Amino acid sequence: MSKKQIETLVGLFVLLGILAIVLLALKAANLASFSFHTTYPLLARFDNVGGLKISAPVKSAGVKVGRIASITFDNKTFQGVVSMEIERQYQFPTDSSAKVLTSGLLGDQYVGLEPGADDKDLQPGDTIKMVQSAVVLENLIGQFLYNKAAEPPTKQGAAQK
Amino acid sequence: MAQPHQSIGVAGDNALVSIQAVTFGYDSRAVLSNVSLEFDRGRVIAIMGSSGCGKTTLLRLIGGVITPQAGQILFSGAPIDTSDRAALYAMRRRMGMLFQFGALFTDLSVFENVAYPLREHTQLSERMIHDIVLMKLNAVGLRGAASLRIAEVSGGMARRVALARAIALDPEIIMYDEPFAGLDPISLGVTANLIRHLNDATGATSLIVSHDVEECFRICDFAYLVSGGRIVARGTPQQLQAAEEPEVRQFIRGEPDGPVPFHYPAVPIAQDLDIGA
Amino acid sequence: MSEFIARLGRWALAILATLGHAAAFFADLVRNTPQCLRRPYLTTAQVHAIGNRSLIIIAASGGTVGLVLALQGYYTLSRYGATESLGLLVALALVRELGPVITALLFAGRAGTSLTAEIGLMKAGEQLAAMEMMAVDPRVRVLAPRFLAGIISMPLLGAIFSAVGVIAAYVVGVLMIGIDSGAFWSQMQDGVDVTKDIGNGVVKTIVFGVASTFAALYIGYESEATPEGVAQATTQTVVVSSLSVLFLDFILTALMFSTP
Repeated sequence: MSKKQIETLVGLFVLLGILAIVLLALKAANLASFSFHTTYPLLARFDNVGGLKISAPVKSAGVKVGRIASITFDNKTFQGVVSMEIERQYQFPTDSSAKVLTSGLLGDQYVGLEPGADDKDLQPGDTIKMVQSAVVLENLIGQFLYNKAAEPPTKQGAAQK
Repeated sequence: MAQPHQSIGVAGDNALVSIQAVTFGYDSRAVLSNVSLEFDRGRVIAIMGSSGCGKTTLLRLIGGVITPQAGQILFSGAPIDTSDRAALYAMRRRMGMLFQFGALFTDLSVFENVAYPLREHTQLSERMIHDIVLMKLNAVGLRGAASLRIAEVSGGMARRVALARAIALDPEIIMYDEPFAGLDPISLGVTANLIRHLNDATGATSLIVSHDVEECFRICDFAYLVSGGRIVARGTPQQLQAAEEPEVRQFIRGEPDGPVPFHYPAVPIAQDLDIGA
Repeated sequence: MSEFIARLGRWALAILATLGHAAAFFADLVRNTPQCLRRPYLTTAQVHAIGNRSLIIIAASGGTVGLVLALQGYYTLSRYGATESLGLLVALALVRELGPVITALLFAGRAGTSLTAEIGLMKAGEQLAAMEMMAVDPRVRVLAPRFLAGIISMPLLGAIFSAVGVIAAYVVGVLMIGIDSGAFWSQMQDGVDVTKDIGNGVVKTIVFGVASTFAALYIGYESEATPEGVAQATTQTVVVSSLSVLFLDFILTALMFSTP
């Protein structure tokens, strides 16, 4: 095999390998939707962040507009502080609200942003004032049981008396 | 009676390589003890001795592959320093070494093998390299075999190719490690003549490590006999053949028994066979 | 009893000595690698010998593993009505684990053994000594190009393995079994992250490439200059490379994929 032939074959091999990586990145992974847009940070304080994880999506109207960057605990207010990176192309009014929602019934949790009506928009680093914490299943069940116990006796029971 | 000692020419001045009081060994045993040899320019010198006596060690010391525990080795007046890789490589470019089985590069052709040192150490054009390689192959009689692969080349031919490679850069000293071992009579003659002829034609110094007394004496100017890590004899072939020391005589004449005993050390045979004393 | 302890001590010291020697060899290899780039053809020729020649077995294995993963995955997922996630399952398994590891094991078997045998035989035939005597450094000329070639080839081979596997899974899952093609790809794209999964997979292949190529070269270089010695060395290469790859995989997986 001549030198030229070997070099050509090796070149083809390298090309094939790079093609494989690109194929994987585009078809198998999320490179196609990889946003190269710059982002700006927004904060939100929740009483309970539920099952939110870092890099969980932030959605508005069901469309992903950003990602969770970090989740920390504020020892003074005893709240969970969630820092989100929102894509710069999306601006939200200052009275927008943030909720912790679940995708599907028992799926991963994410933050949903509902826009407000204000003229002014949230600036980078602002805190979203209106928040709704995650729904904790145990609390829900406890509440249900409590409500059930506090209900007035049923008509049947009353009729029997 | 004092050992005959005679260097051709003035000792020291004319020596290309000078081994001075060198000791070398491993933890368990000493291979060479306080040996001194000299190799004069333009001469064919043989180092002879039985297997394992330290002959090949001498070649490796000269090549700087191993470092002596005591003494020093001078190449063209300059001491060989094995720790300075650059200087060592510079020295090696002036040496040519023929390994026992050729040590050719099996993935290259005959031509490529001989061209290797030229491509590595010179900036000559491909045309020039082509001509030089063919001339070197011609000197060893293998110009027609230039395009063969190493696998297609016989043992004797392989050694000649290796010789062509060893002389590619016209070295000042050519070292041969057992060049006659295992060759048929024709190849023996060819090899011996080549060694002598090349030496005279190029003015190089040739060092032959061998235990083939007959062939060595035919072509060498001077010989050393090594045994048990020491030089037991040195001289011209005529002097050595006339020597009377038992060790020398046994080796030169090829006598089966003498200072080097025939029997491996053992208890008396009567004891081994349980025969009454 | 004391003899046993003495032997244990000697054995431990021997292992330490070998490790130290191997570390020095590795440092030498790394140090000589930039120099060998002055003659790029040396490395190119080695990439051909190591990489190109392994292409068929890697691609074939990638395809078959992809097929099997798709089948097995389908059987299990269909019990939970989650067959739409087949693409995600196969892609993650391949890109994160099976691609790098299986490629490395096959590489050790095919390319590693040939490297070991080649270096061992070159040493036995005094070719390396001849190079030294010709004032050519065999570490730069022979060892470093092969080391570099192994490091270059492994990531490429690993990527090809995973890509072929994903395609094979598509063929089985979508074309043969009939899973929805859109769900297959979209679930996959949703769940596979470029930097975290593919990037880490590539990092793994590079690390495995370094480890197995180094092992092959070292074992070949230190092998005995006899036919038995070379045979034993090739076996050793496969064992040592395989075990190192699996062990490194454990460490890398723990480092890369542990949930924060």
